[in-house]
Amino acid sequence: MSYEEKRAWVYAAVAVVVPVVYAVTMFGRLAGTDVTRISYALPLLIAAGVGIVANMLTTMLIGAPKGARHSDERDADIFRHGTHVGYFVLATGVVGAFLLTLAGAAHFWIANALYLAFVLDALVSSIVKIVAYRRGF
Amino acid sequence: MPKPTKITNSLRYLRFTSGEMTQADLAARVGVTRQTIIAIEQGRYSPSLEMAFQLARVFGVPLEEVFQYPDAES
Repeated sequence: MSYEEKRAWVYAAVAVVVPVVYAVTMFGRLAGTDVTRISYALPLLIAAGVGIVANMLTTMLIGAPKGARHSDERDADIFRHGTHVGYFVLATGVVGAFLLTLAGAAHFWIANALYLAFVLDALVSSIVKIVAYRRGF
Repeated sequence: MPKPTKITNSLRYLRFTSGEMTQADLAARVGVTRQTIIAIEQGRYSPSLEMAFQLARVFGVPLEEVFQYPDAES
């Protein structure tokens, strides 16, 4: 498995694990509570930060062996393809957050809709890359 | 599962007739990863024109001897 494919797997794993932990934390606070009174900002920032740091550390780890970071035009093509698909997911999510804003939804929902958009972007683009590596491109 | 590309190639044969060159050797000579050579051989990736010429140059043959594009009917 190439370095870039390993990276795609890491991104997909982080895009699942971190948001699930965050969601479980939030669902615990949601029960019977007015969303305007939920303190979501710090957990959201922590989740975003942990996701970024986890990706950085893991990709550093898998790229540590000498020559492991070698990538070529196929990797670049697959990266572009995955990022391109992810872009549409992100754009759709941002439109959803925009509509929530227009509808006057609570900041809690808008912020979490944006976070969900970024998470789905990372997850979908990673899956598209993995499929391209496995099944062809 | 249909192959994502119609382009076929003779890389495996050419490697064999070139002193059983390994995929890793060929990858090193073209400057790509071994996984990319595997993907090309299995028809899972169509290389750029530049890489195709580089591959042909390694074996000292014209491009058409490395890559083929069969007619739609065949």
